[in-house]
Amino acid sequence: MENGLVVPAIVAVTLLTVGIGFYGLRLARTTSDFLVASRAISPTWNAAAIGGEYLSAASFLGVAGLILKYGVDVLWYPVGFAAGYLALLLFVAAPLRRSGAFTLPDFCELRLGSRRLRILATAFVIFIGWLYLVPQLQGAGLTLATVTGSAYPVGAVLVAVVVTANVALGGMRAITFVQAFQYWLKLTALAVPAIFLALQWQADARPAVAPPDGPLFRTATSVVVEHPANLTFPDGEIRAVRPGETISFDAGDPVPEVAGVTIDGTDWLLPSTAGTDDRGLFATYSLILATFLGTMGLPHVLVRFYTNPDGAAARRTTLVVLALVGLFYLLPTIYGVLGRIYTPQLLVTGQTDAVVVLLPEAALGDGTTGRLLAALVAAGAFAAFLSTSSGLLTSVAGVISTDVLGRGSVRGFRLATVIAGTVPAILALNVSGLDVSQVVGLAFAVAASSFCPLLVLGIWWRGLTDLGAAAGVLVGGGAAIAAVLVTVVGPPLSGWPATLVAQPAAWTVPLAFTVTVLVSAATRRRVPADVGATMLRLHAPDTLRL
Amino acid sequence: MLADVSGRDNRGDRTRAELAQQTRVGEALVRGLVRAQLALALRLSLVVVIGLGGLPWLFAIAPSVSRVTVLGVKLPWLLLGVASFPFLIGVGWAYVRLAERNEQDFTDLVQRPER
Repeated sequence: MENGLVVPAIVAVTLLTVGIGFYGLRLARTTSDFLVASRAISPTWNAAAIGGEYLSAASFLGVAGLILKYGVDVLWYPVGFAAGYLALLLFVAAPLRRSGAFTLPDFCELRLGSRRLRILATAFVIFIGWLYLVPQLQGAGLTLATVTGSAYPVGAVLVAVVVTANVALGGMRAITFVQAFQYWLKLTALAVPAIFLALQWQADARPAVAPPDGPLFRTATSVVVEHPANLTFPDGEIRAVRPGETISFDAGDPVPEVAGVTIDGTDWLLPSTAGTDDRGLFATYSLILATFLGTMGLPHVLVRFYTNPDGAAARRTTLVVLALVGLFYLLPTIYGVLGRIYTPQLLVTGQTDAVVVLLPEAALGDGTTGRLLAALVAAGAFAAFLSTSSGLLTSVAGVISTDVLGRGSVRGFRLATVIAGTVPAILALNVSGLDVSQVVGLAFAVAASSFCPLLVLGIWWRGLTDLGAAAGVLVGGGAAIAAVLVTVVGPPLSGWPATLVAQPAAWTVPLAFTVTVLVSAATRRRVPADVGATMLRLHAPDTLRL
Repeated sequence: MLADVSGRDNRGDRTRAELAQQTRVGEALVRGLVRAQLALALRLSLVVVIGLGGLPWLFAIAPSVSRVTVLGVKLPWLLLGVASFPFLIGVGWAYVRLAERNEQDFTDLVQRPER
């Protein structure tokens, strides 16, 4: 792809990110500035920053790619990603802010007074943070490779270095400005091209999104085969293709089905029906549970709540975030749907994650408009990688510097940032075969099965004990991690075992809650003596100032 | 400092002390607040569980519903891709209002002049 505007756009976003970071550096003075920006950030800024940090590669690229490939069933991803903030608002936001804790391990110690639980929570924060960082770096590598033809490691290393340097030098005060800016950039980068795309679709006499005979190529297209596959053509012909082969299609040709990749028109357009497939319904509910309850357990989401001045502000900030995130998630659907018409070759190659980046030029041609919009989208994608990685890195580094290195100094935080940034960079270089959206889904499942029960029961139930919490995190979170490992490195599975492992939340989350409650009930004597005072602190209105 | 304490805040001093010192009265007050807030959160969760969580089940048992077309778009696309977000924001907005009202009731109770 020859678009001379893409690289300058990516460079501009990166320079702006670093530039605002340095502006923030002059303001950051103390360790408190670094970790929570001295809690002096207005709700609007904070909400935009939370939104900017949350909308990752999975949201910006992955959701549209999934919709292109699987259709209406995966709309639960954006709905769940947004609904996660509602669960956070209802059960966690205000009490968590009032607890005064800086990080999740802090909350464990404040609520249950256990050092060992704190260490366990630290390990999970680091695991979830790294699990979520790897696909961000991968997404950066794949996107840069798609739009500029560079080698895969270039994008991954570039994002890792920029983010590590920026977080180490500027801390959170800096990235609050950066994140808020990047929310608006990401929204613009999807919204403006979407308007042009919709107009183009009108001008093309509204071609059918799901024609009865399956998707068609609009223009002559050739696809280079990279992996051996079986293509099924609509007339029933099955053709085996080998790597290196080039297949050419003329305008108007139907798109062949690729085993394991393409979904035919009706399945794409309509929700899966339970009568024929119970596993589909189970997977849908599992996904809903993971995304609804996983958001509150993501370390980079929680750390933001400590920057609100009080509990009421935390609640209002969360509501604004819900609105900002909901607004953004209206857009990926448009790309996924129009991708069926303008970039059907992605259904053959399986690289559907590239739809957002490729669609503007595919639909609008490579004139100035198409190229400008393609550059804008690429810049937005880079903003997504930079902002989510920054947030994750800040929270992982914060936990490493206070709980592993045991130093609260600025220098300790910088050292921790370098450690926290290096490990996922090395992992990302070595596991290029992972599917971005699925790893992100698994990170949500682990968070929902470990920190969600801990937070919800810790905030609302006096009977929680340190042993109960630890058992719940170990059993629920451990089961989810086992599912992740089997999915990533294990043998290929089929049938129910495959569904239970690929979408584990529907059984690991109830398991974690049950174990936590049962073990707490069995160790009732270990309920902290100060639980009454803690409950008062978590729930008493801020205006009372007790 | 003395001016602060003797200002508007001294009306509910005894109740506040009961809260801070974890007396039975104070404990009962906090338990009431926690229960009210939890009940509110659970009620609104139920709205979401029925409103959104019921959709896959509805589409599964009544496939004809998912074939309905509104404004040229199939109903499931419209419900999930567009309508779900204002719905979530509406529930969140209601929660913030009602939770703040619960807290105001609690504050009024605590700061009510002693009789």
